[in-house]
Amino acid sequence: MRYIEPHAHMVSRVTDDYRAMTAAGCLAICEPAFWAGFDRGSSAGFHDYFRQLTEHEPRRAAKFGVPHYCWLCINPKEAEDLALARDVIALIPRFLDRPNVLGIGEIGLNKNSRNELRVLELQVDLAARHDQLILVHTPHLEDKLKGTRLILDVLRNDSRIRPDRCIIDHVEEHTVKGVLDVGFWAGLTLYPNSKCTPARAVDIVERFGPERLWMNSACDWGESIPMAVPYAALEMRQRGHSDDEVDRMIYQNPLRFLGQCPKFVLPSSRRT
Amino acid sequence: MMSRQEMLDMYFTEARAKLVDVAAFLDRVDRAEGRADFRLAAFMRAVEELGRSDGSRAERVLLCLSDPTVDPIPAATTKAACGAWAGNP
Repeated sequence: MRYIEPHAHMVSRVTDDYRAMTAAGCLAICEPAFWAGFDRGSSAGFHDYFRQLTEHEPRRAAKFGVPHYCWLCINPKEAEDLALARDVIALIPRFLDRPNVLGIGEIGLNKNSRNELRVLELQVDLAARHDQLILVHTPHLEDKLKGTRLILDVLRNDSRIRPDRCIIDHVEEHTVKGVLDVGFWAGLTLYPNSKCTPARAVDIVERFGPERLWMNSACDWGESIPMAVPYAALEMRQRGHSDDEVDRMIYQNPLRFLGQCPKFVLPSSRRT
Repeated sequence: MMSRQEMLDMYFTEARAKLVDVAAFLDRVDRAEGRADFRLAAFMRAVEELGRSDGSRAERVLLCLSDPTVDPIPAATTKAACGAWAGNP
């Protein structure tokens, strides 16, 4: 089996997770910028975080022979402070040329507030001006439906944004159709208690088809499972999906989306 | 794809366990003192959706628990979600 982990917060994980994931067939790990579990006090904290994502974490991953890529942004959970957000957004362009940066993410909304929406618009504009891929976080639980609709409005109202270069992550049964119907990619996040279980994710694949869908663990410092993607692959096999269908969902689809960034290159000996 | 019988073979025991967990959760809430809040009412509305069979139960359960409004809130006063919308359906 081979797979790409398109969304994992490895700065919050232990080295044993790298070992387990690569042993299971993981060929690349992609890490969006996110909330640390506490609010950073200044843009300097983000500067150090972006260095961690672009300098330190790739070296850590390289010990297991797996390339590490990242996305940069200020997470919506820290978007209520507009002045801080503007300072952080001003930092990002100096990191965009680094070899493992894939785009802007995970931007989006958390509680669907006016300031979160303003910061989302600023970061969509940043992505458009720098021709970057976009990875979008959709809100949790009761806030997801409304937040997903607001996010789609922002993206669709910006004529510079191409839906096929944006992935809307953490979709569930009540949001996936609205995302796919207007041409965006959609991410199925495999969590034990929120978002999607592997069984529900496979349900969604069967109902809506594999086109423009990927699966990720979004493993972080909270309750999450770094091996969730291979576990979902097992679920697909138990449900009678062929090896080719599994490979499409966990390898070919993320490769197709991420490959739109010319920096996303897998070791040539492991691509076939 | 799997037959209905095969689906039951694969998932029935797991679903049964979750169903009993839901029943035990409701009993536990009933035994506790004090008043319930909006979350329990939303939960019970969602439970009613399980009896309908149009192939969209999961979606309708999620909708029962979702904020249906469209305007951004003035400011975020918390980072956390609680699992059900506090407004009136």
